[in-house]
Amino acid sequence: MILQTSQLTKKFGGNVAVKDVSFSIQQGKVNAIIGPNGAGKSTFFNLITGIHPPTEGQIFYKGEEITKYPANKIAELGLARTFQTTNLFERATVFDNVVVGHRLRTKSNLFDAIFRTKRLKREEETCKEKALEVLDFTGLSNVSDQLVANISQEEKKRVAFALALATEPEIVFLDEPTAGVNPDETEELALLIKKMAEKGLTVCLIEHKMQMIMSLADQIMVLNYGEKIAEGTPEEIKNNEEVIKAYLGGGSASA
Amino acid sequence: MMKLLNKRNIILILILLAVVFPFINQNQYYLHILTLAFIWTIAVYGLNLLAGFTGYLSLAHGGFFAIGAYGLGLLTVKGGLGFWLSFLLAPLITMAIGLVIGLFALRTKEHFFAIYTLCVGYIIYLVIDKWESLTEGVRGLIGIPAPEPIGPITFTTPIAQYYLTLVIFLLVVLIIYRIVHSLTGRTFIAIRNSEELALSLGISTKKNKLLSFVLSTFFAGLAGAMYAGFIRFIGPEIAYTTITFDLLTYMIVGGIGTLAGPIVGTFLILILSQNLQFLQDYRMLIFGPLLTLLIIFSPRGIVGFILLHYSNWKTKKRMTIPKDQVKEG
Ligand SMILES: Nc1ncnc2c1ncn2[C@@H]1O[C@H](COP(=O)(O)OP(=O)(O)OP(=O)(O)O)[C@@H](O)[C@H]1O
Ligand SMILES: [Mg+2]
Repeated sequence: MILQTSQLTKKFGGNVAVKDVSFSIQQGKVNAIIGPNGAGKSTFFNLITGIHPPTEGQIFYKGEEITKYPANKIAELGLARTFQTTNLFERATVFDNVVVGHRLRTKSNLFDAIFRTKRLKREEETCKEKALEVLDFTGLSNVSDQLVANISQEEKKRVAFALALATEPEIVFLDEPTAGVNPDETEELALLIKKMAEKGLTVCLIEHKMQMIMSLADQIMVLNYGEKIAEGTPEEIKNNEEVIKAYLGGGSASA
Repeated sequence: MMKLLNKRNIILILILLAVVFPFINQNQYYLHILTLAFIWTIAVYGLNLLAGFTGYLSLAHGGFFAIGAYGLGLLTVKGGLGFWLSFLLAPLITMAIGLVIGLFALRTKEHFFAIYTLCVGYIIYLVIDKWESLTEGVRGLIGIPAPEPIGPITFTTPIAQYYLTLVIFLLVVLIIYRIVHSLTGRTFIAIRNSEELALSLGISTKKNKLLSFVLSTFFAGLAGAMYAGFIRFIGPEIAYTTITFDLLTYMIVGGIGTLAGPIVGTFLILILSQNLQFLQDYRMLIFGPLLTLLIIFSPRGIVGFILLHYSNWKTKKRMTIPKDQVKEG
């Protein structure tokens, strides 16, 4: 248990996007969150990574309460994420996009920039080395000097992974990492996710593609209308009555 | 490698041209215009750092320019301080005011930020215009001294003023270049690209936005102080919002978010409007449509247009190289 949420709730006005969700993320495993559209999955990620403050509840990372930390502080602690829609800098090269990912581990300031100090040069080198390393890991070395605008959707997803990895995280949160990608490429990305877990990273991902989740995840949580309706191994989830109802019958069946 | 050499040579030739210009040109008026162009370019660089590289379009920039100018004017004329001390203090004062305004303005984003800063710019104008006991209001500040001599070097002739301006200008370009190409610059660009992404990469967007804002006011204040020291008479009209929109036009025509943009835009428009002066205000009938076309066809201005075509040309070349090698092999 590297990260825990306790009765996490988020209200947007009268709309309860996440309701009373207590969940534990297991270290070194692939943890998955599934659920119908609008179930509150992305919001759950936004709460953990500090993009939105929760209305109620707490978040603990390695025993430390991080509920009220700002997003940048949370990233520093080792929680990285990707977004449902990639928001990369299209006009820059893949490499230049990824270099800034290691910025949070550097200290150079304006003074260093103006006087081009030793520290700046050293840290720039570190950032570039880190970029090369994560581009290699994500299989992007061959496109590293292409403009992001010119690479494929699947490659963009990989760049987003690379950026997250450049922050030297312990957990990565991936929000629909294979959305908009064809089945063959989905498999490739699944392999990459597996590789991340094998390297010792804790992975937490949101996905709609059931087949992929069932083969990839060690643990699954199902959200429906902001509430956790099930939790367990892929086998358990597959046979869970509530889950089947939520997916087949939608809201009306459970009401 | 070729590209690097080319770029460096072009820069060296331009600097050389700027250095020998007073010798090949006998027209005092051109020297005056060029000196002013350098000063305006410095202000545009400040705007570009914030709007172009960090993604926050400030419309208070002309106001900060005026604060720098009045800072120098008031410290020398009314405060009785020496020129150089005032020249040092004026941009710092502008920065301090920028810091306070930035703290509030940066709570907003996008068009709200633009509107907020537009109001701030107008308030700065009102303060300068109405606070007559301090600023002399519409009468303006007269008798701003010329820079005092530094050792044997005096700054009384237009040529000396030109070189002084050129030196400061080159320093500013160097500093901007270094900022943009540093981790700090990469941080600004990350914020411009997506604040949410930057935050999740552990970047303190609050701190870095404020830094960029304060820096931009520093360059505005510096340009303002240089303007006051060069023209030696200032009135509230230098705080008009039209100044902000002039600076904005220079930046957009040259290329927002590009390093060469401020120079290209400012010089091009200043030289063009000198040559089209016989058209008087009808000049705008030419500039307006041209600006519109430019924004439609090249949102990153002239420099952006060149960069795009240069990189396209390079990729084409790269794609043809392997074929050539195959033929040879
Ligand atoms: N910033 C926000 N402001 C207001 N409402 C929001 C905001 N973000 C999400 N919501 C609402 O919260 C609910 C959950 O949205 P969320 O994006 O978390 O769902 P999701 O499970 O990620 O769905 P999808 O599978 O479509 O991505 C929705 O009703 C949505 O409209
Ligand atoms: Mg979502």
